Amino acid sequence: MKYWIGCILVVLALAGLSLSNMNEYLFFAGFVILQGVVLASAWNILGGYAGYVNFGVPAFVGVGAYTALVLHLAIDAPLLVQIAGGMVTAGLLGLFVGLLTLRLRGIFFSIATIAVIFILEAVVMNWRYVGGATGLQLTRPEVMAPFESYTRMLFVVMVVMAALAVSVARYIQISHIGRGLRAVRDSEEAAECSGVPTLRIKLIACVASGGLLGAAGTTMPMYLSYIEPASTFNLTWAVSALAMPIIGGMWHWSGPLVGALVLGTLQEAVTVTISSELNVLVVGVLLVVFVVAAPDGIIGLIRKWKTSSK
Amino acid sequence: MENILEVTGLSKHFGGFTALSDVTLAVAKGERLGLIGPNGSGKTTLINCISGALFNDAGEVRFKGQNVARMAANARTQRGIARSFQIPRPFGSMTVRENLLVPLSYVRNLFGAKAVAEADALLHDMGLADRADVLSNQLSQVELRKMELARAMAAGPDLLISDEAMAGLSGAEVEEVLDILFKLNAKGITIIMIEHIMQAVMKFSQRVVCLDAGQIICEGSPQEVVANEYVQRAYLGD
Amino acid sequence: MFFSIELLFEAVLFGLLLGCFYAAVSLGLSVAFGLLDVPHVAHPAILIVGSYGAYMLGTYGFDPILAGIVLMPVFFVFGVLLYRFYYETFEKRGSQAGVSGLAFFFGTAFIIEILLIIFFGVDQYSAEADYVGGSLELGGIFLPYRLLAAFGVALVMTAGLSFYFSKTFTGRAIKAVGQDELALRLMGANPVRIKQWAFGIATGVNALAGAMLIVVNPVEPSLDRIYIGRTFCVVVLAGLGSMSGTLVAGLLLGVTESIVMMFFGVSWSQAVAFALLLFMLGVRPQGLFGR
Repeated sequence: MKYWIGCILVVLALAGLSLSNMNEYLFFAGFVILQGVVLASAWNILGGYAGYVNFGVPAFVGVGAYTALVLHLAIDAPLLVQIAGGMVTAGLLGLFVGLLTLRLRGIFFSIATIAVIFILEAVVMNWRYVGGATGLQLTRPEVMAPFESYTRMLFVVMVVMAALAVSVARYIQISHIGRGLRAVRDSEEAAECSGVPTLRIKLIACVASGGLLGAAGTTMPMYLSYIEPASTFNLTWAVSALAMPIIGGMWHWSGPLVGALVLGTLQEAVTVTISSELNVLVVGVLLVVFVVAAPDGIIGLIRKWKTSSK
Repeated sequence: MENILEVTGLSKHFGGFTALSDVTLAVAKGERLGLIGPNGSGKTTLINCISGALFNDAGEVRFKGQNVARMAANARTQRGIARSFQIPRPFGSMTVRENLLVPLSYVRNLFGAKAVAEADALLHDMGLADRADVLSNQLSQVELRKMELARAMAAGPDLLISDEAMAGLSGAEVEEVLDILFKLNAKGITIIMIEHIMQAVMKFSQRVVCLDAGQIICEGSPQEVVANEYVQRAYLGD
Repeated sequence: MFFSIELLFEAVLFGLLLGCFYAAVSLGLSVAFGLLDVPHVAHPAILIVGSYGAYMLGTYGFDPILAGIVLMPVFFVFGVLLYRFYYETFEKRGSQAGVSGLAFFFGTAFIIEILLIIFFGVDQYSAEADYVGGSLELGGIFLPYRLLAAFGVALVMTAGLSFYFSKTFTGRAIKAVGQDELALRLMGANPVRIKQWAFGIATGVNALAGAMLIVVNPVEPSLDRIYIGRTFCVVVLAGLGSMSGTLVAGLLLGVTESIVMMFFGVSWSQAVAFALLLFMLGVRPQGLFGR
């Protein structure tokens, strides 16, 4: 109950901010950071809870983005329909990859997720309707009442999406589904013998994780007014989506949230002050440092510090 | 007395190697069956085929009258087959109690306070009540074995297969585990026990089956089987 | 581009040469992942480092193949240290090890790529050698010397490693450690030392393969991404643990890619390795020759 009160308060506060006079840049940056929250929470459903590493985040984000685009081009669908459509296709992609590889060892799943990126990128590059390799320019309304700008509206959409993603991750974690996933991760054989339908539960995680990743991608075309395959299917998404939960902490729903906020803010700062290459390097280095030295992430460090200072 | 488990003509190959060859075995309801045989004779493979960890290549596995040979392991657990593992497989990131909550929720649909109460009751019967909140990867060997059994029991099985639960335990610890198994059987649960510790097998089993090189070479009362020359040759070599 | 037998033949021939090269490039991964079970997604990134290394030595007048050979011991040492680090940090960790290990190698691959961008920029680099220019004419088809050179070196590498793993004592020990570590330990051999050595070999081989890469194609830092697909495709197609299978798998990939490139264009051919990989995982995950 406490969680829901806090969640709704935060959403309302952030939405309220968007109606204020604050600098437009903050909403651009805020959008990106919140997108990170969605990606990190979604990734962790499969990565942290079940132990399956999804490198194919760009594929899911891309599927979401291009589904939204197609819906926009074909039937001028409103944003909510675009998001719903993107979630469905991305969820189906998760189901496909899961069915193909979840019977095998974890690393084959991971490699398959990389494969999907490049295959989908090739498909999109050869599909003129969505702009092919050169991409597509989009027109979007300048203003969207009651917001001062379209960007602010997208910001609020992202706030709600982030709240949704974190809530779903939290629900899965504290429910028996989360315990089932942990059982599968700790010992799949013992989980089977304890009545856990291991394949089904892994597929559920795949679909949930994939769908939410796709949702994060659906707002991209409108946010950028532009879409093209190279940046949409860029592998950098994968490093970020991996780094945020690892830095924040993989075994609790608050971890990806913390990781996304910390890394997102840091990335914005670095990109603006130094360079964008260095930004990616920072992400990579932090990822490796945390994986080696602090595998339980920031949340884990806080916990350790709390129990040792008692 | 009807049979709770009927294995007929079971065979299992791994590539060119035959692990089980035409094994036929019936277990009566409520029986205490001992399964013995030298290392590599196929005992664990047989158990794996019964519990669903492996699928047999030929033959039938009838549990409570139904052929379960093509069912996934979790489905078989739902029907009432539970097992412990030779090398314990705890859910290491969970506490002892949480380990039990898994089968309690997935097999018996118990959640929340009811599940916790049931888990604690089981742990009490096993003598693990004071370890309920400990992370399972920090337990001692005998505690792990007991937790394995408790977790298997949490699934509310009709047939419990104990795979070398006593290996490496001290005399007193063996007695503890044996005691638990007797108590469970007294409640009506059929138990198949795989063991190398002969006194335990003799003491516990009503009937003993001996495997060697994937085939049943002898079946009968504990005394008969132990005295059988084929059994002795299998264990001691020619 | 209409279909003709001559074009098909040319595509197949190119494919065979290219495929042998792909096999050589995947040999290191076949050892690291196939035999040692290390989730080494950073393998292609190290490959590219080898290419840049060969380029650097090339500016001092080294022939690329020679540069590759010179770099092999350096890479060997690096491989040993990398495995040691991986083992101490991750293989001892238990159920979280899978995620962490994968994340570690992925992060490392990325760091390598970014460092290459920082030091060399995103432009493409080529190797200079006598044979990079011309072609051999064979019945109307022009086979570039650089492909033939790579083909030759690749054949030697594959044969060499196959021989090593089947005939020498250490080689067989490496194969054994992948199959039954406990038995090896009981025989008095130290599995960690053996795995270290094997990983070192896998990385050392990468140096020469990388040098070959820059002979065949211009390189740029992001090339490691598509080579993740190609190398893992070859290793999975061959079947984990099969050295000779790597050659056959490489040829298969090379020919398929070449045919697709000839008739459908470059952008589709880049997806071939990944598509083939997915296909194998779905249909026959143990590969063509796997155990």
